Amino acid sequence: MKIAISSSGDNLQSEVDSRFARCPYYIIYDTDNGSFEAIKNESLIARGGAGVQASRNIVEMGVKAVISGNIGPNAFRVLSAAAIRIYSGATGSVNDVIERFKNRGYENNSNPDVE
Amino acid sequence: MIISVASGKGGTGKTTVAVNLALSLGDIQLLDCDVEEPNCHIFIKPAFHEKKAVFIPVPEVYKDKCTACGVCQEVCEFNAITVVNKEVLIFPELCHGCGSCTFFCPEKAIYEKDKEIGIVESGARNGIKFVHGKLNIGMMMSPPVIREVKKHIDKKIDVIIDAPPGTSCPLITAIKDTDFVILVTEPTPFGLNDLTLAVEVVRKLDIPSGVIINRSDLGDSRIDKYCEKENIPVLMRIPFDRRIAEAYSRGEAIIESLPEYRSKFRRLYEETEKIKSSTT
Repeated sequence: MKIAISSSGDNLQSEVDSRFARCPYYIIYDTDNGSFEAIKNESLIARGGAGVQASRNIVEMGVKAVISGNIGPNAFRVLSAAAIRIYSGATGSVNDVIERFKNRGYENNSNPDVE
Repeated sequence: MIISVASGKGGTGKTTVAVNLALSLGDIQLLDCDVEEPNCHIFIKPAFHEKKAVFIPVPEVYKDKCTACGVCQEVCEFNAITVVNKEVLIFPELCHGCGSCTFFCPEKAIYEKDKEIGIVESGARNGIKFVHGKLNIGMMMSPPVIREVKKHIDKKIDVIIDAPPGTSCPLITAIKDTDFVILVTEPTPFGLNDLTLAVEVVRKLDIPSGVIINRSDLGDSRIDKYCEKENIPVLMRIPFDRRIAEAYSRGEAIIESLPEYRSKFRRLYEETEKIKSSTT
């Protein structure tokens, strides 16, 4: 299963970025084989609707779960429509987050956590 | 002549200048285009006789006609419409009402519904014709409301426009097609920074302009130095005066408490007229 983590940098040691749609990179991590890919976030410079655009791109990557610091209402709507699971409130390095996710350390969000 | 009062930075005294200029001149129209927080009416105290809602068209989808082709999402500049899992999601608060999705939908599956985003009220007091716009709470798209306010411009008399702060779309919508821009600033680092940005906008739009330095005896001489270097006329200086602040806190114009300012604001008007006629 592929998961996406909003990241401040392009590797697993990078800090998780608290902004889902305006983070510099997404780390796309495959929990089946431990491989990962860093994708530059084009929505970082979107004039408006970054949450919608970023989520759409995430959907197209075939990701099944998203982990970030905060998830806004527009991103939440798009990700939910695509049945992607959403986990927010993450801090620390991308590595820490992946470990915690594997140990079922996050609770699924039922609502956006920022406006 | 249409004079707009702008600033870049908020809280420098745009409304104070616009209101006092209007009251000093009389037989004038005052438009409050700061539709996110209009406050000229507090000082003008007009009797309103007309109220009109402002709408923008936002898309809706006929689900039976939609093939989820995604053209709407491609043409939307603002990510206000998107297709996920064969379902069209619309985000009305991101929509600018441009109509592109409706126009380009190959299946004619999109229609438009009017969404109210604000109101425009018109009124008068003592020879001042007054119009202002109010953006509804939670709405982000102020330019359509500003454009609606500006449709009320009476070309037979002089017009003063109180512009919103900032240097983006709302400001440009407010000062576009005006004859002169008065830039109100204060002698502080923030004042200068935002003045510099506002000057760039005004120059791009090619509108003659001049500066008013408010609270001119506080802060330092950075605004004067900048204006001198950039060859921008300083039209007026309003010193820091407790009596002005007290009048403001009571909802009174400066000229009501300090009548000597009436002639100063009239001179300001003459100055703008002079600069305007020398540049055309």
